[in-house]
Amino acid sequence: MAPDTLQLAPQDNIVVLTRSAGAGDPIRVGDIEVKLSALLGVGHKLACRAIARGEKIYKFGAPIGSATQDIAFGEHVHLHNIQSDYLPTYTLEKGREFHSKP
Amino acid sequence: MKPLIEQSWPRADGRKGIRNTLVVAYLVECAHHVAREIQMPYRERGAHLIGFSGCYPNDYSFRMMKSLCTHPNVGGVLLLSLGCEGFNRNGLREAVRESGRPCELLVIQNSGGTRSTIETGRARIEAILAEMARQPRAPMSLSELCVGTVCGGSDGTSGITANPGIGRAFDQLVGDGAACIFEETGELIGCEHIMAARAATPELAERLTASVEKAARYYTVMGHGSFAPGNADGGLTTQEEKSMGAYSKSGASAISGLIQPGNVPEKGGLYLLDVVPDGEPRFGFPNINDNAEIAELIACGSHLILFATGRGSVVGSAISPVIKVCGNPETFRNLRDDMDVDAGRILEGRGTLEEVGTEIVDCVREVASGKPTASESLGHQEFVLGYKSFSPLGPSCHPTSQ
Repeated sequence: MAPDTLQLAPQDNIVVLTRSAGAGDPIRVGDIEVKLSALLGVGHKLACRAIARGEKIYKFGAPIGSATQDIAFGEHVHLHNIQSDYLPTYTLEKGREFHSKP
Repeated sequence: MKPLIEQSWPRADGRKGIRNTLVVAYLVECAHHVAREIQMPYRERGAHLIGFSGCYPNDYSFRMMKSLCTHPNVGGVLLLSLGCEGFNRNGLREAVRESGRPCELLVIQNSGGTRSTIETGRARIEAILAEMARQPRAPMSLSELCVGTVCGGSDGTSGITANPGIGRAFDQLVGDGAACIFEETGELIGCEHIMAARAATPELAERLTASVEKAARYYTVMGHGSFAPGNADGGLTTQEEKSMGAYSKSGASAISGLIQPGNVPEKGGLYLLDVVPDGEPRFGFPNINDNAEIAELIACGSHLILFATGRGSVVGSAISPVIKVCGNPETFRNLRDDMDVDAGRILEGRGTLEEVGTEIVDCVREVASGKPTASESLGHQEFVLGYKSFSPLGPSCHPTSQ
């Protein structure tokens, strides 16, 4: 049977959706079923364990940012609850400012 | 150990080819049409068209053309010059002849123009093909193979299926002594420290980090940051997350060295190809499309290319076969004829990353043995080469203590 989510590395605290699913759809994270909060596409992240504010988020076994708030098991992990820890070069910072302009 | 293939084409420099291609190369756009007319009837007999459009000479483009014309998959070369372009045509012809390959040069202005040059060119091709058919054959082991990887037409699946699947294949290939090359430092912004931690020496770690910083500067001047709004729609949240997806093509082996286009790894291991020019940005984007990157991977000696795609790129390449690893199972079904490996099956519960990695290695073995890839069967022979400038690499890029 096709899995709803995939864990990319054993130390990861998130899993990724293997397909699009709508708000309220039941999604299995490991053996536990959770309900999606919103329509999400393939590749979006769900917490596969409770994550405390400030904790690193691991994907591919590597840190991809930190939690800005407590994240519950099964919750959508995205822009609203994690942030980048990357220390950009000065030029990259400029590039980001440039591209964030409306 | 059983050889990878029994019947490779050994070349004078010690490398071996998995194909015996005849390259027809134009040395300026003005010779492109004549070169294509000469090559076209010989397409099915292994004649590939490459070339350089520019009229102004450039060290990088000359080095690329020389590396490509003396690539182990190439058995003979026909060069087409208009006559007044800046390219060092005699230097290239001598370099190819010194490599032990048959090489002919036709200058259109000295050969009676279009019609007469096409006629002469086809006669030269017949002679070169006859000589190529007499070249000896020899077994080749996996440790003599060089494999490059690139991604293009990516979507939300690329980073979780095709790219890590190629990473697993790279781990197996490097373990068996092959040289494996990954590239596109502009896609690695945010994971340079993770990458540097895998460098074989501390000096190399510094160079790897510096190459990514150079890319960040360069792409900013070009007006393109790496993280686009569309990435967030696809579920990617941070710069480092996006880059880790691309980076996962490299697998988990130690990084043995940093190379520039045209540098051939001297031994097996994992190498980062720095495609971003040195100095102030001068000639535009480092690579204007996926095929410009593929040409550079081939110039570094890649016998074949592993191409990760999600939305579905259809391209192949001149000189070296391209294996298409498709991350999206729907794309794989929609573009079935264009794809070689169904990495997206992981998303449908039809296999694991490890199994996809092994399938890719099996595909590498078959293609090395002569089985055509999807893009080869469809006749794809894309090729792009532009202008760049590089400073020479220091010794810290080629660690000797391994």
